Amino acid sequence: MPEFTLWDIVHNLLLAARWTVLLSILAFVLGSIVGLALLLVRTAGNRWAVRFVRGYVELFQGTPLLMQLFIVFFGLPLLGLDVSPWIAATFGLTLFTSAFLTEIWRGCVESVAKGQWEASTALGMNFTQQMLYVILPQALRIAVPPTVGFSVQVVKGTAVTSIIGFVELTKAGTMITNATYAPFTVYGCVAVLYFLICYPLSLYARHLEGKFRHVTR
Amino acid sequence: MSLVELHAIHKSFGALQVLKGIDLKIDEGQVIALIGKSGSGKSTLLRTINGLETIDDGTIMVAGKKVGDHDTDLLQLRLNVGMVFQQFNLFPHYTALENVMLSPQVVKKQSKGEARKIAEEMLAKVGLSDKMMHYPDQLSGGQQQRVAIARALAMKPRVLLCDEVTSALDPELVNEVLAVVRQLAEEGMTLVMVTHEMRFAREVCDSLVFMHQGRIHESGNPEHVFASPKTPELASFVGGLAG
Amino acid sequence: MAYQFDFGAILPHWKLLLDGVVLTTELAAIGAVAGVGLGILGAWARTARTPVISQLVGVYVELIRNTPFLVQLFFIFFGLPALGIKLSEFQAAALAMVVNLGAYSTEIVRAGIQAIPAGQIEAAQSLAMNRVQIFRYIIIRPALKKIWPALSSQVVIVMLGSSVCSQIAAEELTFAANYIQGMNFRAFEVYFVTTGLYLVMSILLRQILKVFGNFLFERRNHA
Ligand SMILES: Nc1ncnc2c1ncn2[C@@H]1O[C@H](COP(=O)(O)OP(=O)(O)OP(=O)(O)O)[C@@H](O)[C@H]1O
Ligand SMILES: [Mg+2]
Repeated sequence: MPEFTLWDIVHNLLLAARWTVLLSILAFVLGSIVGLALLLVRTAGNRWAVRFVRGYVELFQGTPLLMQLFIVFFGLPLLGLDVSPWIAATFGLTLFTSAFLTEIWRGCVESVAKGQWEASTALGMNFTQQMLYVILPQALRIAVPPTVGFSVQVVKGTAVTSIIGFVELTKAGTMITNATYAPFTVYGCVAVLYFLICYPLSLYARHLEGKFRHVTR
Repeated sequence: MSLVELHAIHKSFGALQVLKGIDLKIDEGQVIALIGKSGSGKSTLLRTINGLETIDDGTIMVAGKKVGDHDTDLLQLRLNVGMVFQQFNLFPHYTALENVMLSPQVVKKQSKGEARKIAEEMLAKVGLSDKMMHYPDQLSGGQQQRVAIARALAMKPRVLLCDEVTSALDPELVNEVLAVVRQLAEEGMTLVMVTHEMRFAREVCDSLVFMHQGRIHESGNPEHVFASPKTPELASFVGGLAG
Repeated sequence: MAYQFDFGAILPHWKLLLDGVVLTTELAAIGAVAGVGLGILGAWARTARTPVISQLVGVYVELIRNTPFLVQLFFIFFGLPALGIKLSEFQAAALAMVVNLGAYSTEIVRAGIQAIPAGQIEAAQSLAMNRVQIFRYIIIRPALKKIWPALSSQVVIVMLGSSVCSQIAAEELTFAANYIQGMNFRAFEVYFVTTGLYLVMSILLRQILKVFGNFLFERRNHA
């Protein structure tokens, strides 16, 4: 049986961490797109659209991410779609991300003063123009810090995809542990790697928050 | 020996020198008004007497004992020196009665019955016997400030410091609070108050202390000081108020 | 050939699901009580005058908030025995939840404490209260009241997060679902129903916390 040095462990974990990063970025980007679409539907739509989005958010915020992944992973094949863990993970995390982001952004849009809507309506703008030129630019500024903050949750969420068999950082940790029988070291290293990915994002979010508070004063 | 003796008190906030050597004696039963322009250091001085600000230099003696900066010294100091603030600072989650009872119970370890008896007495003194079960947000500003006075009195301090206790009040509520302070003065309570109510200061206080740029610029009997200010600064301060 | 849904296949196993619900509830209860308690202690330590203690708590908070719960769980269950700390599946799951919620609630409670006006503390100081008395009688209740909604949300998040404790074979709800799925091969139906159970639990938990909050911060004697 081969001896694993600490470097072997870290090296293998680093290779797997690429997939964590890639999945995080994919889920974040796709989730943003879906989240934005949901936001528009909600803001522009009728009562039923509002209810749908509210239910969607409630569903994803009220159930475990693991269950969401299971349902995607076991449900999609029933629709005749053959899904790999990779696709299921991306799909599941995208839905999860979109629900949280659309809720965060809704708060931001709503915090743009009501007067702004009325003023722009008075100027004869239609909904798209209002959104594009008045509301979104203002909401966007407020939205950046919590959005960056939420990206940390997405990265941590990718760890759950290990359970449906997607080989990323956590799954690699389990596999290496099984080969080395050194769980303390391996999971310690796994935690450190997650920390190295997440902490800069957290710091950046906090920095933006401080900067923003400064600007509004 | 005076009840409170301040000697050469210095205090700076960063580069800003706020108190530049204050000497002040407060005798038992004395009622002192602190006046002066905004920023002259009145609040800071009052807060140092209660240990809410640490001093950079000088000594504070209360009841013959030098106050150090240990926690126990400060607690001892505050048992002797009570304070009432401009913004009332009542505890929002307690009723008027509980606000007054709290400190006697937890600090002085009085029984609930004892604390309640004293609290009821103090609230009666400030004319609020019928508002004991009200929460602060159910009281007017004047009533809140009177509860705050009762709360400070319940600790039986030997000196009461009042920092612009009527400045945050609507004009029609000022008098009910001043009446309470006047009554305390008449009962012989030792008082140091920062105030902009010159007429009140004149009528109630035995001594007027005029602060200017971090120093005690002039002091003495209110009638004298108002009638013939010795320094141009006080003259202009008094004149400015009249004009 | 279209898939034939058969939710009836879960019925015979209802007892297993119920046991899972009970265990998840137990984990959530322990996590919530001890985790929030730890958070209050942590927030108190953050305001301590000795910088070392405050910084140590800061490190704990950042470490936990920037690593996945699943990895924390694995580290506790698989890693700690290397230090001679051997825990049962349930103990490890409960500990992980307490440690995790403790970090988040430290930050949340701290924000609540910072929102207390300085005048409140000065008034208490002027009444000769010491630091402990000020924290206990003046600060903590209004602070908790202010952040109760945020704290409640975090408790729900941690309850839902306990789903991954199935991975160390703690026999909570997801573990029960996996077990049933292994017997009847009706994965979709089982997880669908389980998801519904979690949804109900999170809605109930939210309500319970709301009622409890009202009780906790209610005015006791009305004018
Ligand atoms: N905590 C603090 N940090 C920095 N500067 C302070 C602080 N407290 C007071 N100062 C400054 O010290 C000076 C004196 O303040 P102080 O509050 O004692 O004045 P004051 O005479 O009470 O004025 P006012 O009549 O406006 O209440 C002011 O310039 C003020 O800005
Ligand atoms: Mg002042």
